[in-house]
Amino acid sequence: MALLTTIKEIRKYFRDIFSGVASLINGMKVTGGYFIRPGEIVTQKYPENRDQLKMMERFKGELVMLHDENNQHGCVACLTCERKCPNGSIELTTERVQGEDGRSKRVLVKYIYHLEMCTFCGLCVQACDEHAIVFSQEFEHAVFDKRGLTKQLNKPGSTARHKPEPEPEAKTA
Amino acid sequence: MEETLLDIELKEKEEYIINMGPQHPSTHGVLRLEVCLEGEKVKYLRPHCGYIHRGIEKMSEKLTYPQLLHLTDRMDYLSAHINNEAVALCVENAMEVEVSDRVKYIRTILAELTRIASHQLWWSAFGMDLGALTTFFYGLRDREKILDIFEETTGSRLIQSYITPGGLMGDIHPNFQKRTKEFVKYFRKKLPEYDQLLTGNVIFHERTQGIGIMSKEDAIDYGVTGPPGRASGFHCDIRKIAPYSAYPLVKFNQILFTEGDTFHRYLVRIKEMWESLSIIEQLIDNIPPGETMLSLKAIKAPKGEYYQRVETARGELGVYIVSDGGPLPARIHYRTPNFSNLFVLNKIAQGHKIADLVAISGSLDLVIPDIDR
Amino acid sequence: MYDFSPLVDSFSHFFTETFSPFWAGLFSMLTLGVAILLFYAVIGLYLVYAERKICARMQNRLGPNRVGPLGLFQTIADLIKLLLKELIYIRRADALLFNMAPFIVIVASIMAIGSIPFAKGLQAIDLNIGVLYILAISSMGVIGILIAGWSSNNKYSVIGAMRSGAQVISYELSLGLALLCMITFAGSMQLSEIIKSQQDGWWIFKGHLPALIAFGVYLIAGTAETNRGPFDLAEAESELTAGFHTEYSGIKFAFFFLAEYMNMFIVASIATTVFLGGWLPFHIYHFEFFNKGMDFVPPVFWFFGKTAFVIYVMMWFKWTFPRLRIDQLLALEWKYLLPINIINLLVISFLTLMQWHF
Repeated sequence: MALLTTIKEIRKYFRDIFSGVASLINGMKVTGGYFIRPGEIVTQKYPENRDQLKMMERFKGELVMLHDENNQHGCVACLTCERKCPNGSIELTTERVQGEDGRSKRVLVKYIYHLEMCTFCGLCVQACDEHAIVFSQEFEHAVFDKRGLTKQLNKPGSTARHKPEPEPEAKTA
Repeated sequence: MEETLLDIELKEKEEYIINMGPQHPSTHGVLRLEVCLEGEKVKYLRPHCGYIHRGIEKMSEKLTYPQLLHLTDRMDYLSAHINNEAVALCVENAMEVEVSDRVKYIRTILAELTRIASHQLWWSAFGMDLGALTTFFYGLRDREKILDIFEETTGSRLIQSYITPGGLMGDIHPNFQKRTKEFVKYFRKKLPEYDQLLTGNVIFHERTQGIGIMSKEDAIDYGVTGPPGRASGFHCDIRKIAPYSAYPLVKFNQILFTEGDTFHRYLVRIKEMWESLSIIEQLIDNIPPGETMLSLKAIKAPKGEYYQRVETARGELGVYIVSDGGPLPARIHYRTPNFSNLFVLNKIAQGHKIADLVAISGSLDLVIPDIDR
Repeated sequence: MYDFSPLVDSFSHFFTETFSPFWAGLFSMLTLGVAILLFYAVIGLYLVYAERKICARMQNRLGPNRVGPLGLFQTIADLIKLLLKELIYIRRADALLFNMAPFIVIVASIMAIGSIPFAKGLQAIDLNIGVLYILAISSMGVIGILIAGWSSNNKYSVIGAMRSGAQVISYELSLGLALLCMITFAGSMQLSEIIKSQQDGWWIFKGHLPALIAFGVYLIAGTAETNRGPFDLAEAESELTAGFHTEYSGIKFAFFFLAEYMNMFIVASIATTVFLGGWLPFHIYHFEFFNKGMDFVPPVFWFFGKTAFVIYVMMWFKWTFPRLRIDQLLALEWKYLLPINIINLLVISFLTLMQWHF
């Protein structure tokens, strides 16, 4: 009886060794296979290939205000994006001017966008009815001075394209 | 010796305390573990969390329901879509509206893709903790394909803010189905390589079999859900118990084992990746047409208390909203899976060595921002 | 085959004829020392570069490719960075032992380089106990590791040093026994004699199955000796302790690092000499045309090629397998490798007596 168990133990010992070595060689085949196939290298040499880099069209890079060739933008200062933004990354400065039909309307003076606080949730872009602001595909945001991250989105000297609404409706939150 | 922060006395002479401090390569986040060792054996272990507490629940009291999105997907950032889906479902159930079938299908496909991506990252990090440094690169290389799918549709790779109460923030990109099908084909070829490299390896078996055994009673006592719970035999898959979105329409298996050691926690996740691939295959060709956003006048929950459970990649996430009828929630609480999974570490790591502690905490797959919110 | 002995002899004649015996001896030792140090430094630097490139290829990425063409100057840049780092002095560490430890480790490995035959006659010193000398010298490296761990006054370093010490001492047994198997075949411990006995075929082919087993055991024991590959828990970065060289910075850390890579080179070159025929080309018995072709490649290239192959296999091990725990490592040695070795030695002794090898 003891002899049988000893023989079984010895057989188990050698079987363990063989199956262990076989599993190790199986694993080595995977890495060795990748070694001889350099065509599957997935890394890219980043700063040198900036010209060939293309982001996806919906990539959320940085908020910009679209200006056309007459330096006009579409913002009507309805303040919806400022209300929808969850953490106050958008600050608008507006003023009331007299319109042609005698009613006072609100126009945009400064559109301040805090890049350092923006969480790229997209609620502002979704809320704008005039499609004045979109996400660009700029992804290199690093600056040496933190003040470079507070951006004014409406370019100097630009005017609004549409006639602004006289009173913004109280949009639901 | 310096003063110890544990308030148990060191009973034996050979005991000493080591700090696996907040900055450590294998705690996967800022978690501090105070480990009391005797020689190489772990005697007692106390985790200290809270290093990344950001006050998400308190901040949510000042935000409207659509604005909550940008906070929820920063909790367990590896299953971002599923976190968003939890809040969206809770609010929709509170308002008693139902989204279209198209939205349900897309939400489920995105949730399963997120689950695969999360498990790929877990596999990479687990292999790296155990010393097989190549697994890190293979897992991340395959995960890039999923992140490309996300980026094309939603615009971001990790934190998407795409699933919102009422539907989706925008329709899917026309390439979505093509890319997803290509990914499923590609990944079915690559997943056996994961098995060749790690699962079948004899050194890996020696490191993980019989280590950190968690019994089913322990899992239920501590509230351990997700893959660690299922590896101990606890039947806790919310996709089967309380199905939501398109889960009632698909056929898939719940992976259950009874041994509850590290190796089986590993196996549950690998098999879950196969199941997710089959779920995606069942849904991807049949997305019905429809609208992607309900036109609602106002998104706010009526007065009352509402709870919704979903199955994230790590376990059961519960969202509890108390509303007083206004546009802002009065109180939100999240029952996160990682919080419960963390505290079972003390029970199951006792008696093992330091090297095993790393393997056990890797197999529990903790994401620390989820513990601290 | 080109014999380097006249060239080497002419150098020593030059020294003995121009200077008195004392100065001749001194100058020839100095020249030899500088030559070996240069060789050591250059090979060490490029071994680190080779490891980074090989592991990058296995991981589907590019590896160093910016500093210099194809990244060849990367290690030189790293070396300059290490030289410029501050040498941190620990107040409560044992200063003498703390500073002595890296030197012990590196002197042990430089001394072992001196006896390796690179080509016929190109050998610094040809002792008649060649293999025994190398084994003895590499055991000295353990003392360096233990002293480094102890003198750092850091409980993590002590844990790492104790583990590493236990590991190295255990695997030296297997290493020595595997080499002893081949010495039984070859009949001498002198390295040039071992190579001469392989002129009609390398021992790994002549000694069929037992030699293959000995080669496998030697490879595993060699990887464990140098704290590499799946046996690197002494310096495991992702575990609790950063090992015995936690407290070292700057050039002292560079010594430990360099010594590890050069130990790998030494283990590989001993494997080449004893199992794979040293600097002998690959001859197939009686295939004269083929043998003449193989003879065209100089022996130095054969030696470095074979060593590079063995080093590649060792790197392959490291980047594929997870790490072993300390008790599993010791169990592997004492329960599996040692019995196999002893039985193998008995079988080989029997085969040599009966002349049952090729």
